[in-house]
Amino acid sequence: MSLLEIRDLKITFGGLDALSGLNFHIDEGEIVSVIGPNGAGKTTFFNAISGLVVPTEGAIDFEGASILGMDPSIVTSLGIARTFQNVRLFANMTILENVMVAQHCRTSQLIYGALFQTKAFRKEEREIRERAEEVLGFFGHRLVGYRLDQPAFALSYANRRRLEIARAMATQPKLLLLDEPVAGMNPIETAELTALIGRLRSEWGFTIVMIEHDMKVVRDVSDRVVVLDHGVPIAQGSYEEVSKDPNVIEAYLGRPVEAKA
Amino acid sequence: MSTLALTMPSSAIDQDWRRVLRWGLICGGVLVALCLVGMPVELDRRELIERYLSLGYVSILLIPIVIGRIAATQVVLEGFESRKQGLFDLVTGLLVGMFGGTCLTLLIVALDSWNLRDPLVNWSPKLFRFLTYENGIGFGAMAWIVTCGLLGMLGAASHVVPTIVRRVSATVVLSLLGLSVLEGAVDDLSEGFGLDWLTDLLYAKKGGLTLTSTFVAGAVIAVVAVLTSGRVKALTTSYREKEGAERQKASMILFVVVAVLCIVLPIFLGKIMNELLANVGLFLLLALGLNIVVGLAGLLDLGYVAFFAVGGYTTAVLTSPNSPFFAPEMHFGFALVFVVIFAVIIGLVIGAPVIRMRGDYLAIVTLGFGEIIRLLFLSDWLSPYFGGAQGITNIPGVDLGFATVKGTDPRSVFYLVLFFCAIAIYVSWRLQASRLGRAWMAIREDEQVAEAMGINTVSCKLMAFVVGAVMAAFSGAVLAAKVGSIFPTSFMILISIIILVVVIVGGMGNIAGVMVGSFVLIGVLGGPKQPGLLQEFQNFKLLIYGMLLVFMMLKRPEGLVPSARRSRELHQEEFLQDAWLKGDKLGADDDDGETVGDDGGEEE
Repeated sequence: MSLLEIRDLKITFGGLDALSGLNFHIDEGEIVSVIGPNGAGKTTFFNAISGLVVPTEGAIDFEGASILGMDPSIVTSLGIARTFQNVRLFANMTILENVMVAQHCRTSQLIYGALFQTKAFRKEEREIRERAEEVLGFFGHRLVGYRLDQPAFALSYANRRRLEIARAMATQPKLLLLDEPVAGMNPIETAELTALIGRLRSEWGFTIVMIEHDMKVVRDVSDRVVVLDHGVPIAQGSYEEVSKDPNVIEAYLGRPVEAKA
Repeated sequence: MSTLALTMPSSAIDQDWRRVLRWGLICGGVLVALCLVGMPVELDRRELIERYLSLGYVSILLIPIVIGRIAATQVVLEGFESRKQGLFDLVTGLLVGMFGGTCLTLLIVALDSWNLRDPLVNWSPKLFRFLTYENGIGFGAMAWIVTCGLLGMLGAASHVVPTIVRRVSATVVLSLLGLSVLEGAVDDLSEGFGLDWLTDLLYAKKGGLTLTSTFVAGAVIAVVAVLTSGRVKALTTSYREKEGAERQKASMILFVVVAVLCIVLPIFLGKIMNELLANVGLFLLLALGLNIVVGLAGLLDLGYVAFFAVGGYTTAVLTSPNSPFFAPEMHFGFALVFVVIFAVIIGLVIGAPVIRMRGDYLAIVTLGFGEIIRLLFLSDWLSPYFGGAQGITNIPGVDLGFATVKGTDPRSVFYLVLFFCAIAIYVSWRLQASRLGRAWMAIREDEQVAEAMGINTVSCKLMAFVVGAVMAAFSGAVLAAKVGSIFPTSFMILISIIILVVVIVGGMGNIAGVMVGSFVLIGVLGGPKQPGLLQEFQNFKLLIYGMLLVFMMLKRPEGLVPSARRSRELHQEEFLQDAWLKGDKLGADDDDGETVGDDGGEEE
């Protein structure tokens, strides 16, 4: 059984089909890239899975149960975490707090524990902090040390992207949705993050769906590539297969013969 | 200014005329507006220095000093050589002040020539007499132009004279002003400490300092100021510069000192001052609750007074024998249990439908709900239960066994309020640093992302709403026991607004800020119906509130005592620049640092 299964997904925004007839599945432990030209519906696809957009038609099953129309917070607690294309951190919270707050759905203490500083509360706070530091430590020295108490807005662009991934990791997901994780990074950083994405699967056991424009990254990490164009999947398969697919070349470059004619 | 030349005026005559004109107009405008509002005439009755100076004149004369100082302020850019301040600035101050004086002169002439009493209530012969010192137009005109000019120059001179002179003279003037304006409070205080003889010496019988005591007190203050000069400043800077654990320790000490003062001081204070402190406490309790709702969770609730009303009415119905429908005459302590229950219920009832709205919509809808609750208590429909406009009277005090807390003994009320405030402070402090507090902050930052990160925003926001509601309801309960009667008019929408102003001016999201805010606004200026230290300004309170709010929003939007987070938020650029100037690596790997593989750069 696949981890995530999407059948005949259709999303319409006032007459415009952002996605139509999308069938997609991902097995546990896979890394799948979603590519396509701008406006192809990639981010809408992510929004639909994470519950931010309610699909017009179709079915989304996660671990065999439907998550269609569920609140984003419930989807996250079931084990799907995501990052955002246009980095959306809690800018005025510190780096540590950003990651701590993401563990909300895995923890339970409320007012009583906080007021009376119960044993359970203190234990949980300690665990939240430890886990936060563990997650941040995944990115080497970049997000730890004195940075823990810096506000997120003080981070460089690349570090903000890393913190977004850390925040998603902290929700302890099974499925991680990365929306253009290397956008705006230089080649060295990109290579570094590509390696980290591989480690996210091997060390943390995440299944990953990734939207990416950088074909080098796509080639290096993905098991499978799905190409969307105008809300319709036009090709699926390994990177080599997809990159030779005439439909894909056409979607990206246009039709060479007719264009000249 | 078509060219970008940054030339400085080379001589004193080469003035920046636009600057002078602008500040002169502002000065004149403020002076005329104050006169027409009626402030100086009304405050003229209050003498500060017997026979020589009244509060009315002071309220006018302070303006040119302040504006003269502002007009002569020079923007100093770090790293740039700045012009030495001197004669040039004195002339600026003089001209600005004279401009203001000229505006007053024009007002005098206008007062003499036309009668505009119909739209302008304060366009009166009284104002004319006040402005001319009863000596005719010519004298008045000359006097105002000269004095305002000189005072403007004095304000500007504060930039020129050595720091020590400025500091000492400012201390002397402000302390004398404080000593004379706060005569009632000083009287009250000295009586408690058995120092009546001192105040008898200081003040004249009819009020105001005597001329001799002014000079003596001024001299004493000057000596003290010279001796302690710079110490206070050094102390505050050293506190500000502390970080981490040291800062926490210093804050803790400060907190303990304030707490001890709060417990000890009321014993020595008289009725008036204790009453004032009790009012500050009531509003502090409200403000602490609103601080959780607005400051932490970012829900702009303008109908907050509704919960205040619920607390007050619940207590009234349950404890008063005069409750029209149901009068169990419970003890205050038992009633409190129901106060909590009803606050939670009403919090949920109001919160559930509105909580999904965001920003402005939430503000408007809660504003509506706040009025609805008050109108329900006022309505004929519910008057058999809550007494309608007659309200509920004869609410007993709180019988504690060893003492009874009631309105006639403001000291006991203050201690009761203090108890609740302590609880509220503890709750705010603990919740802030908990899982729930972090979730609130995340919601404040970006609700949609918070939801996507697994936070159930609806239930978290409801919890903030309910915690705030309970604090407000406690405040209402104490109010009922203190005043002894409850009317719908006690819960006007104005209270919601004032509490919000307290939170904003004090420093949103910061407990200490809220404490300072409620002391400054409610204690010094006075609450909507409660007199503050500056009782004379009672009629102009809302004017001052408004001016203060505008000033704060322009100059210090983070509040008097801001939370670190909020001042960072409002001064992001400065924060980043500071970090950069300090040579911190934080800004260093922004953009360009990253492009050259920041690995080498970072491993130090």
